[in-house]
Amino acid sequence: MTLKTLLATAAILAATGASAQDMRIAIVAKSLGNGFFEAAHRGAQEAAEELGGVEIIYTGPTTTTAEGQIEVINSLIAQRVDAIAISANDPDAVVPALKRAMQRGIAVISWDSGVAEEGRMMHLSPSSDDLVGQTIIKLAADHLPEGGQVALLSATSTSTNQNLWIEAMKQHLPEYPNIELVATVYGDDLADKSYRETQGLMQSYPDLDAIIAPTSVGIVAAAQAVADAGKIGQVNVTGLGLPSEMAGAVASGASKSFAIWNPVDLGYSATMIAYHLAKEDVTAEPGATIPIGRMGEVTLDDTNSAPMSEPFTYDSSNIDEFKSVF
Amino acid sequence: MTASPTGRIVPDRLASPTSRALKSWESLLALVAIAIFIANSFASPYFLDPWNLSDATFNFTEKAMIALAMALLIISGEIDLSVASIVALASTAMGLMMQAGFGTPAIVLTGLGTGLICGAFNGLLVTRLGLPSIVVTIGTMSLFRGISYIVLGDTAFTGYPASFGWFGQGYVVWVITVELAIFALLAVIYGIVLHKTNFGRGVYAAGNNPTAAMFSGVRVGRVKFILFLLTGLMSGLASVCLTSRLGSTRPSIGAGMELEVVTVVVLGGVSILGGSGSIPGVVIAALVMGLVTFGLGLLNVPGIVMSIVIGVLLIGVIALPRIWQKARAWKK
Repeated sequence: MTLKTLLATAAILAATGASAQDMRIAIVAKSLGNGFFEAAHRGAQEAAEELGGVEIIYTGPTTTTAEGQIEVINSLIAQRVDAIAISANDPDAVVPALKRAMQRGIAVISWDSGVAEEGRMMHLSPSSDDLVGQTIIKLAADHLPEGGQVALLSATSTSTNQNLWIEAMKQHLPEYPNIELVATVYGDDLADKSYRETQGLMQSYPDLDAIIAPTSVGIVAAAQAVADAGKIGQVNVTGLGLPSEMAGAVASGASKSFAIWNPVDLGYSATMIAYHLAKEDVTAEPGATIPIGRMGEVTLDDTNSAPMSEPFTYDSSNIDEFKSVF
Repeated sequence: MTASPTGRIVPDRLASPTSRALKSWESLLALVAIAIFIANSFASPYFLDPWNLSDATFNFTEKAMIALAMALLIISGEIDLSVASIVALASTAMGLMMQAGFGTPAIVLTGLGTGLICGAFNGLLVTRLGLPSIVVTIGTMSLFRGISYIVLGDTAFTGYPASFGWFGQGYVVWVITVELAIFALLAVIYGIVLHKTNFGRGVYAAGNNPTAAMFSGVRVGRVKFILFLLTGLMSGLASVCLTSRLGSTRPSIGAGMELEVVTVVVLGGVSILGGSGSIPGVVIAALVMGLVTFGLGLLNVPGIVMSIVIGVLLIGVIALPRIWQKARAWKK
């Protein structure tokens, strides 16, 4: 019974495979079922259509673990894909597996959440960490002219990019002398845990004015928790989120504004770079410039990484325009 | 408890050993494994490649090492849910040794030693204080990983010596990985211990009826304590392999592994209530899990669908014999 299901699944999947001549670029997400990566996938498809002869394999583990991603990488190596573009759950643990991929002639880049230098050819960051850190504290401070208490709701304590943004945010904190950062909690990018952590924050700090959640899962859960607690207007939820998921929170007033880069552009640019590196018409080395189609080009720094663009602020004036996009 | 003696039928003679072997859980599982293997070879042109199959073994070897000891522990009527956290703590301890400048032998011994200490801690709480193992190990699950988080926070240990990489990235001969060889050796040892020694009989006895076992001269507490030690040691060994394979330690290492280990054990035909099960069953179950996840991975099946397939497989394989029994009873 189970076998039949399996065979049927296998047959369907085998039938939908594209021809072997195509260049196959794998987009590896931190986990599947996350709106951000689904949007990046759409961008990758857009790039594939523009380039022609490119097949996108969009994949990732169920849970945000390094072990799960390594299993995915091993199966991509086995399929002899041409390029792997990964958003890593752990910058170090995936290195041995990605090194093996490069030894077998696969072009490897990281995007969004980076991989340690020896495990990839280049890294495409959505924005610079400094700009994100500056943006998220500004989002909170703009609505607190009198100053006040803010708290951070992050993903996991090991999430590479969240930690870098928080670090950068703390650098910019002295620019707002009236703003006090009272706590940092971790919702592990799980909706229920983020919700409970937010409830805990509101109980521990009754005078809390804003919650900054630099994660698309956390910000939605935090906005929901604030709305459920009847604290709309008292606690402003901001940070990084997806317009489609945040439209309700902006409409209800739980979130006055939030920021995000465009994940569609990110998936598009990562695919463009992976394509050029797999074709070997560019080399990933410090100072090199790589064209990324309609997004222009990126220039690699000393660590072979490059920022794509700066984050964009969404509020009630433009949310309706973007909520159907991603 | 409520089974009435009237329903029990004592046959005049037992079925022949061959027919019993054919109808056994292990042969059912082996059939499933072969079927999945064949399905995979048809579904993906990349499946039947020695190197790819070699890579595929990494999907299960570490979990399967722990599953061997876990099988014995569950047969004896206990369970250890802290294994994944022991992996994390052992990995953290190894990282500390590496930072202190010790070489590969000391790092490996630290990993194994940490596993043993954690196992002893669980074992003492269960056998000396008489606490239920599920409660104790849910507690130590948070405790052990918590210590790793305190030590590491959001940082990582990297820069293990190159020779340490042998365990998780090395090959014995051709495509046979070090991990696979270790697992095969351990499977034979565990098989002999469980099925051919007095200790093994004691494990079954402790799980079936601890009181009767005690009156028959089986030192139940001691047997269970040793099994907790072994489970800890295997978690330590799995930690050595996993840390070596990842080349780094983060406190989230091996997260969620305990449920996969228990899944392998239960799929292998070990009764979750204790008292029955076999090592060959667990070994085949580990293979089945590895083949399914790798085969579906080759087809780029999303991880979510993969979890569904494994869930259906687990329930299906466990429910089928029961449905078969019920159907036969109903016909009569």
